[in-house]
Amino acid sequence: MIVQTIAFYVFAAVAVMSALLVVGNRNPVYSVLFLILTFFNVAALFVLIGAEFLAMMLVVVYVGAVAVLFLFVVMMLDINFVELRQGFVRYLPIGAVIGIILAAELIFVVAGSSLGTAPAAAPTPALAEATNTEALGNIMYTQYFYLFQVAGLVLLVAMMGAIVLTHRDRSGVKRQRIGDQVARSRNSVELKKVPTGKGV
Amino acid sequence: MTIGIEHYLTLSAILFTIGIFGIFLNRKNVIIILMSVELMLLAVNVNLVAFSAFLQDMVGQVFAMMVLTVAAAEAAIGLAILVVFFRSRGSIAVEDVNMMKG
Repeated sequence: MIVQTIAFYVFAAVAVMSALLVVGNRNPVYSVLFLILTFFNVAALFVLIGAEFLAMMLVVVYVGAVAVLFLFVVMMLDINFVELRQGFVRYLPIGAVIGIILAAELIFVVAGSSLGTAPAAAPTPALAEATNTEALGNIMYTQYFYLFQVAGLVLLVAMMGAIVLTHRDRSGVKRQRIGDQVARSRNSVELKKVPTGKGV
Repeated sequence: MTIGIEHYLTLSAILFTIGIFGIFLNRKNVIIILMSVELMLLAVNVNLVAFSAFLQDMVGQVFAMMVLTVAAAEAAIGLAILVVFFRSRGSIAVEDVNMMKG
């Protein structure tokens, strides 16, 4: 139990620190890298609490797809980030005030509620019955099947939207047109009658 | 000392607050704002998974997966819009985003 406690505090502390560095960093590339670190730590917390499938999904989806997408966009766009940071100091006090108020509210709600009676975290269902992945599949493909399908539709629409938005027809691009490249017209190869003993 | 649900809820509250703080702090940079939104969605996921584990109900994890799906879709669309905007304006400052067309 003490190991679990220490692990929780270490992962939580690193997650919070790297989240702060995400929003406070000068260089957006570092921000993305700290975002990845945050996701890794939260995934470790999910493993700690017994939700290992979601931990894997978090690593695969966020670190493998979303963070790489962010990194790609940050590096592709040629932006003057120094200019974008103007007003950082000016907005710091109001941001801090609103953040502290919100955090205080949320923590008061958590501390003031009677959640202390909640049972201890346990793998759901118990590990002897089924693994986390198996249990999740049992629920998701039966009871929440339509929700699952709608999630697929959401992803499909997002994919189509991203393609439609970013695709552009550029003129003057040389594309491969195999049919035209392979085709030969009747006069493209000239046949010559070469008499014996004379040259062409 | 055992780790209770309050610990996870507090962590989630702190992460959510950092997300909001990031939006206020980087009001010009859309990329950081999108990252802050991702942080807030992550906090929501932590909340859902914590309740799911402590109340021993799998449904919370199903919904956490749905939040994950929507977050991924949102990031893809948001970044696509950002790229299109940058192509037409050459800037991603929030103040420049004041026209719907062009």
